[in-house]
Amino acid sequence: MATRLQFENSCEVGVFSKLTNAYCLVAIGGSENFYSTFEAELADVIPVVKTAIGGTRIIGRLCAGNKNGLLLPHTTTDQELQHLRNSLPDSVVVQRIDERLSALGNCIACNDHVALTHTDLDRETEEMIADVLGVEVFRQTIAGNILVGSYCAFSNRGGLVHPHTSIEDLDELSTLLQVPLVAGTVNRGSEVIAAGLTVNDWTAFCGSDTTATELSVIESVFKLREAQPSAIVDEMRKSLIDSYV
Amino acid sequence: MALEAGMFTVNQTIGSVLCCKCGILMQPNPANMCTKCLRSEVDITEGLQKHVVIVHCPECDSYLQPPRTWIKAQLESKELLTFCVKRLKNLNKVRLVHAEFIWTEPHSKRIKVKLTVQKEVLNRAILEQSYVVEYVVHEQMCESCTRVQANPDQWVAAVQLRQHVSHRRTFFYLEQLILKHDAAARCIRIKQMDQGIDFFFSNRSHAVKFVEFLGKVAPVRYRNDKQLVSHDPKSNNYNYKYTFSVEICPICREDLICLPPKVAVSLGNLGPLVICTKISNSIALMDPFTLRHCFLDADQYWRASFKSLLSSRQLVEYIVLDVEPVSSEVVVGGSRYVLADAQVARVSDFGKNDTIFSVRTHLGHLLSPGDNALGYDLYAANSNDIELDKYKGLVLPEVVLIKKSYEEKRQKKRGKPRAWKLKSLDMEVDNTAKGRDHEEKVNSEYEQFLRDLEENPELRFNVSLYRNKEYQPSEMASVTDGEEVPSVPLEELLADLELSDVEVDDDGMME
Repeated sequence: MATRLQFENSCEVGVFSKLTNAYCLVAIGGSENFYSTFEAELADVIPVVKTAIGGTRIIGRLCAGNKNGLLLPHTTTDQELQHLRNSLPDSVVVQRIDERLSALGNCIACNDHVALTHTDLDRETEEMIADVLGVEVFRQTIAGNILVGSYCAFSNRGGLVHPHTSIEDLDELSTLLQVPLVAGTVNRGSEVIAAGLTVNDWTAFCGSDTTATELSVIESVFKLREAQPSAIVDEMRKSLIDSYV
Repeated sequence: MALEAGMFTVNQTIGSVLCCKCGILMQPNPANMCTKCLRSEVDITEGLQKHVVIVHCPECDSYLQPPRTWIKAQLESKELLTFCVKRLKNLNKVRLVHAEFIWTEPHSKRIKVKLTVQKEVLNRAILEQSYVVEYVVHEQMCESCTRVQANPDQWVAAVQLRQHVSHRRTFFYLEQLILKHDAAARCIRIKQMDQGIDFFFSNRSHAVKFVEFLGKVAPVRYRNDKQLVSHDPKSNNYNYKYTFSVEICPICREDLICLPPKVAVSLGNLGPLVICTKISNSIALMDPFTLRHCFLDADQYWRASFKSLLSSRQLVEYIVLDVEPVSSEVVVGGSRYVLADAQVARVSDFGKNDTIFSVRTHLGHLLSPGDNALGYDLYAANSNDIELDKYKGLVLPEVVLIKKSYEEKRQKKRGKPRAWKLKSLDMEVDNTAKGRDHEEKVNSEYEQFLRDLEENPELRFNVSLYRNKEYQPSEMASVTDGEEVPSVPLEELLADLELSDVEVDDDGMME
């Protein structure tokens, strides 16, 4: 199900939060409304962690992660790193990387199997991504924009890209990512998809300006209507229960 | 993608997205909304004027551009459209793409203009929208029309042109010059006066321009004065009536002049008796006995002004009995002359007595025995010129021949219309207190002027001649012997201007 919300009167929720299948990071806001919306939706299933990165609140754009790991920029302080290591499940590898392009959220878009990156990313970073996140890395552009992390958002079920993407590009990306893709907008015609929307396999959060049409597109491409968190988490729980008698 | 000689580029097909508001499929645009939704969201004509008042003067069909200018424009014309668009404020916030009139009833006092504007909205999307502006027309007379209405004879500047001679030849010629150069276009009234013409203008600068024009075509001197009409003490506005008094020098073509000693000396001892050959803005004088010539500027003339001894009224007809060229052909000031000795007798004397005069003349190239010539009879003249008396011991010639006479040949053509005609200025003539004699005199002077035009090609240079539609060349014209009466060659004639608004080509011989 897709939820509409605001962070301190801003509709760009993808900037202030990071949602994956294993955890959720939210920024520290003045009021607790943002955090409580995420909690209400996700608390039983995955940990929702309040954090800052490098003292800033734009955590969604600075870090990149999936259920396997989390990559942080070099601006992250040691305390924040430790806090994250403590709060997140042990299966998630938290790694701080030294990369010139420090807004990792804008440069890397990933799900649990594939990642699209900025064309100018370092070779070591690429290896790091492949290593930590356990994904296949492709350097790509979307509708001529190199900030792939901003202009597309995809999960394991589907993806939404910049509205000006041509049909050939769409086909190419779809082949690479192995998920259905659709070109659309979020937050009443905004082209910066990942800033206005954060999504995982069973739920999505978008800015309150998102129109009903956009919401229906999002729900249909990410297959959120039938998705139940319990199905996925049941699998996880089975493996967890296995560990203790 | 292989990089070959030219880069291989993939063919990009633009996909379609759903409009974020209404959900219909559309091409992506910067706002990502279909045009209908965009138009419902944003109105770019907000804040633009939709109703404007404009002021119109019904007399001269012009529109007021505040504070004071009146612009003449027809309904539904380009000028009116420009004027209407200029009157709109705030139009710099949007970009004007197209403007056109919507038809309204002419007496509805409404003008409707449809404007198409473009503006950037939202995310760099450019939206285009048309809207209609309605102009309400208020009628108000403009200042110049009110002034004309209040007093139709009102003039602000007057030019009084005078020449103190007893004939009006100069004024006939000037009239043609003025017509050719259209110098009196801004004149509100022209009045014919004794020894001159008065021109009235509504603006001082028009009068000044006219006076300058006169200064270029005739040797004149002028003075100007002004008279206070009204005075506004609060804004310190003074309204004056300006008068220019212009006097043309009394020397005319073909006049015989006796130069005062000082002037003769300053011109290089030019023989005191000279003929005036040409008047433009300077006077051309020629000594008929030595073929020397000189020019006098208007300034130079008026510094030491002199009158002519004898003028063309006093020309007497002579018969040429014998001509003997003395010198070869000389070009003097653009015309050819040959100095010759001639034996002439007055036509009145011819056959009655034997009075024959031997004279030296400059017309050797024109005259042959048996011709008639016109000249000044100094033998019989009684002149009491002061200048003449100053020359002690001056021997006066008996006759000074001026020009050849075509009087006999003209007798044949008398009464037949000419192939060409002239236009005239619209003058007010004060005909009271003048008898029938005056009219006859004027008519004969005019006839003389026309003959002058026929005989002198250089005089015709500045005059526009029009083809006379009533003229039919008669069969008699072919039965002439020997010399023809000089007439205007047909190539010089212009087609007559029709007095309608339809323009007619003026050059050459177009029908």
